Amino acid sequence: MQVENKKEFQPKIVAFCCNWCSYAGADLAGSSRLAYPADVKIIRVPCSCRVNPMFILRAFQRGADGVIMCGCHPGDCHYTTGNYYARRRMTLLFSMLDYLGVEHGRTRVEWVSAAEGVKFSTVMNEFVEKIYSLGENVRLEDLRCKES
Amino acid sequence: MEVNQVQRIGVFVCHCGTNIAATVDIKRVLEAAAKEPGVVHAEDYQYMCSEAGQQKVREAIKEKQLTGVVVCSCSPRMHENTFRGAAQKAGLNPYMVEIANIREHVSWIHKNIEEGTEKAIILTRAAIAKVMLNAPLQAGQSKVVKRALVIGGGIAGIQTALDIADAGYEVDIVEKTPSIGGRMSQLDKTFPTLDCSACILTPKMVDAAAHEKITIYTYSEVEKVSGFVGDFQVDIRKKARSVDMSKCTGCGVCQEKCPSKKIPNEFNRELDNRAAIYTPFAQAIPNVPVIDRENCIKFKTGKCGVCSKVCLAGAVDYEQQDEIVSQNYGAIVVATGFDTIKLDKYEEYSYQSCPDVITSLELERIMNAAGPTKGHLERLSDGKAPKSMVFIQCVGSRCADERGKSYCSKICCMYTAKHAMLIRDKYPDVDVTVFYIDVRTPGKNFDEFYRRAVEEYGVHYIKGQVGKVAEHNGRLLVQGADLIDNRRILMETDMVVLATAIEPNPDVRKIATMLTASIDTNNFLTESHAKLRPVESPTAGIFLSGVCQGPKDIPETVAQAGAAAIKVVGLLAKDYLVTNPCVAKSDELYCNGCSACEKVCPYGAISYEDREVNDHGIREVRRVASVNSALCQGCGACTVACPSGAMDLQGFSNRQILAEVDAICR
Repeated sequence: MQVENKKEFQPKIVAFCCNWCSYAGADLAGSSRLAYPADVKIIRVPCSCRVNPMFILRAFQRGADGVIMCGCHPGDCHYTTGNYYARRRMTLLFSMLDYLGVEHGRTRVEWVSAAEGVKFSTVMNEFVEKIYSLGENVRLEDLRCKES
Repeated sequence: MEVNQVQRIGVFVCHCGTNIAATVDIKRVLEAAAKEPGVVHAEDYQYMCSEAGQQKVREAIKEKQLTGVVVCSCSPRMHENTFRGAAQKAGLNPYMVEIANIREHVSWIHKNIEEGTEKAIILTRAAIAKVMLNAPLQAGQSKVVKRALVIGGGIAGIQTALDIADAGYEVDIVEKTPSIGGRMSQLDKTFPTLDCSACILTPKMVDAAAHEKITIYTYSEVEKVSGFVGDFQVDIRKKARSVDMSKCTGCGVCQEKCPSKKIPNEFNRELDNRAAIYTPFAQAIPNVPVIDRENCIKFKTGKCGVCSKVCLAGAVDYEQQDEIVSQNYGAIVVATGFDTIKLDKYEEYSYQSCPDVITSLELERIMNAAGPTKGHLERLSDGKAPKSMVFIQCVGSRCADERGKSYCSKICCMYTAKHAMLIRDKYPDVDVTVFYIDVRTPGKNFDEFYRRAVEEYGVHYIKGQVGKVAEHNGRLLVQGADLIDNRRILMETDMVVLATAIEPNPDVRKIATMLTASIDTNNFLTESHAKLRPVESPTAGIFLSGVCQGPKDIPETVAQAGAAAIKVVGLLAKDYLVTNPCVAKSDELYCNGCSACEKVCPYGAISYEDREVNDHGIREVRRVASVNSALCQGCGACTVACPSGAMDLQGFSNRQILAEVDAICR
């Protein structure tokens, strides 16, 4: 999966993982030695519903090339309903990002359980491959910081 | 969450032997960490989690007056608590510790040292950025209800309940079927000692029923679960038995007189029939029948009522309704057991078309004196005694394709040796052949048992699989292969027994969802740690007993049941639990009382109160959100719903997560 043009383009990819399923799934991918590219950096959150759309916008402002959010499978949320909120919020956010010029492929929501180390690794490999194919992202700018 | 003093951060990088050090340049991580603003101390050690490593953390906290600690090591799921404890011993608030996961998320998956080191540095920076914004948190307390719930009344559930009750705590068992006993009550003999299953199980059933601390709800199901460790609120549906438990004497006349006797008997694996009013087996506990309303003539047509007429105790009650029992529990044990897989995808074995092709559990009932043939080994098609039998191993177990299960069902090799031995012992003229992939006998006296079957009882073991079973002139034709002699085998036999794979009880998915306990792709419940916490679910207060966690035999199930019980007792022995202080908190100055947070809270932890606030010198009474920290579980749903940014999650605050994002994207 390691792409040739890696030297020139090193994507920044942020992965938000819920503590109970996906972070544990990432740990399992680690202990099972299932490799995925080092471009992915994981931030642990208690639940996917803790991911504020603001965090994702901030990542794109700071030059992230892709953001992926992983949570428990629908119906299996540790907090019962958290991932349903996350799913709805992300659907809305992603449609807006498209409008802002951040392609759909740069954002993704995946459900990875604590037992799915293989899935975690596969998803990350696919996602990174997608980001490589999309190339560098346009940086979102914060107009408040701009001098007129 | 104010940061009102200059933070002094210490960074501790663990080699984890060579687990981390082999693919991460520790020295470069240290150098990079030391350059970060706020970092006043950086050191590495072979094993940071060891006593000597923790000692280094404690000493540095004291000597350098650290206000925050970052440990670059394994997953926080592994050792976060270890290092929080170390910090606390040195007088630092335990919640001023953050972990950078550079083992599971770096060294174990990135073999390129350059890439690995770079990622480790970035993750360390993110953790430093986060800990800069950490605030000391105080854990609260919540009370523990001194009562446990066991879901499932098989040997696992019974043993767990007995052990908890013997320690002095109240236990309720909820069993779906009309009697406790589970799969073990269907077995005839047990390996490797050939004990009669009923002889060792029924005394335990009686003990459980008689124990003053145990309440048994049979013909009942868990309907709703809320709450959390220490105080779960559970609704149990007691299905209408249509027989008054307090009046019934268990005489059994109703079952004899019931005119509706053509209902497949689940207990005998549907090999014979039962009445519409029935107890599953003679030693059932409680010995009170139930009316199967779907098949009862009285319930279907309104005309019958024979059972009511013959009941001298007047116990039959057609008007009985389902009853909901609401109870609070400190801990819940799942012991839902297993069933055999369905064989509709395995046409090659002709299980559906030939009555003489049976599963091992059906053979178990046939061999049992209380079974459909009264314990006589006979063909179900014509009632004749077989002269030859073939056992096929791994039907659906260790299966590479979609039809079966990828795992080994673990018990089949041993019970097949048991069946073969018992048949050769009781009917020496029956020829017994076993087709196997591997014979797996890891257990005390297991291999000796298998060798006895081969050497003393003359059971033929053939290494190879069976491709087809077909009916042929009233007998069965078995086509297989002998991999050792490398030849095809075509043999005629009278009965074929399939060692069918076991799978978790299908109901377990529903139960796991109610308990928010995690489950794997095969529907086995996940344990908190495969080696070190094998009977605990990752969900606090939920424990696992028996096959719901993974295939196991009776000795292992009983051992695990005891282990689950001691974990429950350890929990119930506490009067109070320390609660997670990483809970939501509302800033009353920003809150506009809109109720958005209250609507998304799954725990009902948010309420509104009128509070006098001092907003930059203006004193006024405002309606503001208030979080009950004992109820809040810290998911953070409210923080995102809050339009004014008043609601924040302690330990995972907006500023902390944004700081991590910034550090990663720097």
